[in-house]
Amino acid sequence: MKPAIEIRNLGKQYKLTAIAPYVALRDVITHTVKNIFTEKKRADKSFWALQDINVDIEPGERIGIIGRNGAGKSTLLKIISRVTPPTTGNAIIRGRVGSLLEVGTGFHPELTGRENIYLNGSILGLKKTEINKQLDAIIDFSGVEQFIDTPLKHYSSGMQLRLAFSVAAHLEPEILLIDEVLAVGDMEFQKKCLGKMEEVSKSQGRTILFVSHNMDSIRKFCSSIILLANGKIINKGNPDKIISEYVSAHLQTKAEKDWEDGIIAYNNQVRLTKAYLHNENYSILSRFYTTEKIGVTLEYEVLKDEAVFTHGINLFNQENVNIFNSHDVTSLLKDQKRKKGSYKATGWIPGNLLPEGIFMISVALFATHPIDILIHEHEVLSFEIFTDFSKPSARGNYTDKFPGLVRPLIHWDAALID
Amino acid sequence: MEKLVTTIKPPSGLSLGLKELWQYRELFYFFTWRDIKVKYKQTYLGILWALLQPLGMMLIFTFLFSKTWKIDTGAITYPIFVLSGLICWNLFNSSVSHAGDSMIQNANIIKKIYFPRLIIPCSAILVALFDFVIAFIIFIILCIFLKQPLYLTGIFYFPMGILLSMIAAVGLGFFLAALNVKYRDFRYALPFLLQVLFFASQIIYPLQSVQSSLFKYLLAINPMNAAIELFRASLSTASPDMKIVVIGTGSSLFLLIIGLFYFRKTEAYFADIA
Repeated sequence: MKPAIEIRNLGKQYKLTAIAPYVALRDVITHTVKNIFTEKKRADKSFWALQDINVDIEPGERIGIIGRNGAGKSTLLKIISRVTPPTTGNAIIRGRVGSLLEVGTGFHPELTGRENIYLNGSILGLKKTEINKQLDAIIDFSGVEQFIDTPLKHYSSGMQLRLAFSVAAHLEPEILLIDEVLAVGDMEFQKKCLGKMEEVSKSQGRTILFVSHNMDSIRKFCSSIILLANGKIINKGNPDKIISEYVSAHLQTKAEKDWEDGIIAYNNQVRLTKAYLHNENYSILSRFYTTEKIGVTLEYEVLKDEAVFTHGINLFNQENVNIFNSHDVTSLLKDQKRKKGSYKATGWIPGNLLPEGIFMISVALFATHPIDILIHEHEVLSFEIFTDFSKPSARGNYTDKFPGLVRPLIHWDAALID
Repeated sequence: MEKLVTTIKPPSGLSLGLKELWQYRELFYFFTWRDIKVKYKQTYLGILWALLQPLGMMLIFTFLFSKTWKIDTGAITYPIFVLSGLICWNLFNSSVSHAGDSMIQNANIIKKIYFPRLIIPCSAILVALFDFVIAFIIFIILCIFLKQPLYLTGIFYFPMGILLSMIAAVGLGFFLAALNVKYRDFRYALPFLLQVLFFASQIIYPLQSVQSSLFKYLLAINPMNAAIELFRASLSTASPDMKIVVIGTGSSLFLLIIGLFYFRKTEAYFADIA
């Protein structure tokens, strides 16, 4: 049997422009005029979101696609689903493709649940006769039968999601593309959906491509894994092996990032040179105790007088959940016009805030009025947090699994009142 | 079962993709159905709005130009004259403005799911056609009521007038839909452009009343003049001015080709820039 998907030398190039992706005619005109009068043409940066992708996927395979943010996972699915064309190479797809790049695509709040099933189903590639046939099953599976003839705007977001999942779970294409959609919704319903998809994929030999950051569902669901990094396939094969390789490589901690030439903002205002993590004594570290304060320091050079901007970070956990974002609202430089020169900014993540695990930090320099991102570097630093039983922590003496995205040390008052 | 084989390649060449459009006819139907349903769902008067607007305009123009300025419209009474122009114009006007906005309105779907992109402006235009059909029925009833004679040539002239309006609207609509994705400026320029076209069309005055024949045939480049000329030919024994019809047909075909060509050329990248 021929492969369900044959991909040869596939590549996708995006042009990076400083201006917004959709443009105002005004900008085009001014740029054209500028280019006439200045000899030097504005060098359009471009980057390859995907490069040299070669892979065969057999019918009935359930492929998980993993990789960091920006590795090209979603771009690959978008090309296979034909939402965006490749720049080079080609792909042969044998079978009808159903894509689930986001549940509930095309849902309309003014239409009833039933009407939305028809609309969404047909957008996802179902024929009307197929929807008629499946309608009862879809409504039944969603568990919103009571409200099925009520406009969608009266649904809670949970109910909308269940209805959307339910349509998706009843798609019957030969090739199904799923992008992270299972990361939302309540756990029980997610399980129900995964179960349903697994059932049809096994009994009907459906090919599934599944992009997710959730290693658990990937391991459970997929028969094989593709690991992407910087737009290239790094590895393909057995899920357990690749996931553990990926996790150990991905989860390497990194206390320090030194940009050799610096990262220069698109408007040439500032150059980011260094970012590092340290403890209270300013020793550079990537391992901390739950109780410890963690310092994040950014070093940058302001290249133009009068620049007004601020610095900040995004913090993610290993499931890629954005735990918090922070920017400078306290220092004396806030909203001030800067003089040229080298600057250093340190933010302190308090102790007793994060639980054990690996965390990643993205750093940014940006103007706030209006928001204008000058530099945004993703996942430049990462660190690991360990339990410290020697000091009072939220864990107390409890040694077992202790879930939760954050772990603040809460002050309790308790007393005998009677 | 025969499997569907699709080859995905970098975009090259141009084809109309009519076969693919046919494959997706159900989605086409659902988009149109959605737009019509949503349009009238929250309105108290619902579908009546398709009638009230042109009828109201008819009353205003009749009062202004028939009673006050006394424009000579030959064998056709002024209310019928202006209403016939207005319903053709509304078909064109709402087709162009809805189609022009349609790609941005549906950007979230375009970024997620593949289907022939032409479906979107096409279904926006079908919604306008739906409104037109209702307005047309009322127009015919009104003609009978006001004792406006309808001639048998209408079997030919009505459809020709409607077809010509549609061709021009499709061409301009496709062009603007594609242009709007890249340059949002056109969203703001469009109402002005349509306003200019309104007065350059023989809606409230007959084109024959234009004195200079050079100016008259320059105005005929606006395809709506030819469309209305054909449409009104059903209402009198006079035959339409063929020069106007030929010029207008030429320019609307030109619009159609430009619109289709530009849309097909740029559609592959809509998902990247929408």
